[in-house]
Amino acid sequence: MDAVLLLEQLLNSLQFGLMLFLLAAGLTLVFGIMNLINLAHGSLYMVGAYLVATLANASGSFWLGLAGGIAATIVVGIVLEMTLIRRLYQRDHLTQVLATFALLLMANDGVRMIWGSQPINTPAPGGLAGPVELLPGLSYPAYRLFIIAAGLLVAVMLYLLITRTRIGMQVRAGASNREMARAMGANVRWLFTGLFAFGAALCALAGGLLGPLLAVQVGMGESILILAFVVIVIGGIGSVRGALVGALLVGLVDTGGRTVVPWLFGALMGPAAASTVGPSVASILIYVLMAAVLFFKPQGLFPAHG
Amino acid sequence: MKFKNMRFVAAAAALACAATTTLAADQLKIGMLTTLSGPGAALGIDIRDGFELAVKHLDGKLGDVDAKVIVVDDQLNPDAAKQAADRMLKRDKVDFMTGIVFSNIMLAVGQPVFNSETFYISANSGPSQYAGEQCNPYFFSASYQNDQLDEAAGQLVTDQGYKKLALVAPNYPAGRDHLNGFKRFYKGDIVMEEYTQLKQLDYGAELSKLRASGADAVYIFLPGGLGVNFIKQFSGAGLGDDMKLFAPGFSADEDVIAAVGESMVGIQNTSQWAHDMDSDLNRRFVADFEKEYGRLPTMYASQGYDAALLIDGAVRKVGGDLADKDAVRTALESAPFEALQGNFKFDVNHYPIQDFHVREVIKDDQGRVTNRLVGKVFENHRDAYVEQCKMPS
Repeated sequence: MDAVLLLEQLLNSLQFGLMLFLLAAGLTLVFGIMNLINLAHGSLYMVGAYLVATLANASGSFWLGLAGGIAATIVVGIVLEMTLIRRLYQRDHLTQVLATFALLLMANDGVRMIWGSQPINTPAPGGLAGPVELLPGLSYPAYRLFIIAAGLLVAVMLYLLITRTRIGMQVRAGASNREMARAMGANVRWLFTGLFAFGAALCALAGGLLGPLLAVQVGMGESILILAFVVIVIGGIGSVRGALVGALLVGLVDTGGRTVVPWLFGALMGPAAASTVGPSVASILIYVLMAAVLFFKPQGLFPAHG
Repeated sequence: MKFKNMRFVAAAAALACAATTTLAADQLKIGMLTTLSGPGAALGIDIRDGFELAVKHLDGKLGDVDAKVIVVDDQLNPDAAKQAADRMLKRDKVDFMTGIVFSNIMLAVGQPVFNSETFYISANSGPSQYAGEQCNPYFFSASYQNDQLDEAAGQLVTDQGYKKLALVAPNYPAGRDHLNGFKRFYKGDIVMEEYTQLKQLDYGAELSKLRASGADAVYIFLPGGLGVNFIKQFSGAGLGDDMKLFAPGFSADEDVIAAVGESMVGIQNTSQWAHDMDSDLNRRFVADFEKEYGRLPTMYASQGYDAALLIDGAVRKVGGDLADKDAVRTALESAPFEALQGNFKFDVNHYPIQDFHVREVIKDDQGRVTNRLVGKVFENHRDAYVEQCKMPS
């Protein structure tokens, strides 16, 4: 365990955490403010990733693909909200879960019909394909550094948007007391459409940015959606700040667990135990973290509702 | 509704026929149970397409009998697969079953199929259980035993003189089995052995450890999307300059290449088949597959094709009379077909004895990234479990 490896793992956990944050931010806003459990959030992420990959391959430019893919996913989000999601706000959570789960299944098969079931390629933007040397002996993939930068930028922008603008004030008001916000004249209908579209845009951004790192394939949304739910439960539903802290915590615990736990078991119990027990313990750590947070703070770390 | 009724009538008619004729059947029914939805779908689709291409090449017949392929999705769910198999065996009364991709499904479905005395022709899954102590007179593999690609890779890495090796596989029983297969033939040191989570997306932590381990080569057993994620991130981290990446054939097949792109170039992988194998049969298969489906075939497609040809040969050999199970078994055991990969015969446990090859991902003259056959690792390779098999007759 030398310093360089430790530093590299910190960067890894930061990058993983920020990518989870992009998804969790949209999910927590939609859940916390619109009181909608959206299982199809992961599908928007998948659709975004496919659109970005397709447009990037067609235009030959990753950046054009990213911009176009995000715009197209926003349109998908708006249409979805206005036709279907809007009807679910007044229903109970079970109905929402059923409806959005149906949406998830349809999205998977729709994507399969259009793009086929084999994973597709997103080219990494030129210039960011290789590693860069940060310190002597520490080289780190340029593209992961870029994701860290993009994630931090989005976090800062979200912070400014929510704390410094009128829309942000309405969003916060909606999160802490929806009825009162409506009574005070916030146009909830447009706010909700806008929020949903904004969540879709963040999904597409995450999907597009992760395309060069992860397999763009049918079902890619589900595995990451579970982690995003863990993040918002830890952070407190409806709180963007909570989503950021929760995402970074999950990233840290997950990466740390995969690095430190096998090493620890190896040092304590020998290599055989390390290879059998280590991975199993590492894989449950984030759920242990979630359980611990819920035990001490049942509302999550930063509850949005008063 | 109408369609359903039609099917019912057809099934009833087939039943009636089966009851009255004991000699040559006038329709052969194949139960194709495979994974057509979820993340593993691409694999099952390739098996199905390869199988159906063979039936098409044979004018809709297998062994000169009209063939009907009943395709059902196993959803990668053992319970759903068991129910579907039950329907195929009891309602459709299929003559052969095939198609299963994943070994956990195979092990769940195997016993009911064998109990009903229906022959199962595997087009992918080759679990060690059915190769060893639980070998079964009704199970035949037209693909390989699961460990064999790894064994070939172990031999390949040893032959190339790599001494410090890292291993990566998901933390589940098959992951450990595959790495054990590799270790059976690898003679150097293992500096890192990493078991990752089964649904892991990000391999940043493992790649950092890999760099720190000082390995000169790394072997991964990461099926499907896991391999795509790993290889993308491996090349993004620039680790290709420090160490050589080896993989089993399916982790560097045409579907993975299409998803990862040019950074795959240089990866060596082991396989019993390659799309550029030099035979008329294989050339026709590859050309027609590409024409029919608009993509290059993978190993899975070749295995589906081989499974169909094996059934075809056996049914022809018994003259279409499937009632005499012993005769059908003897016919199958003689491997009465020409496999796409050439050399193919059955061992006593009904797993193939065949050659294993090295393929390397290259950029060809037309600028296409694809696999090229570069050499042979094993000739007439038998699996490691055959000694434990006492085949009941």
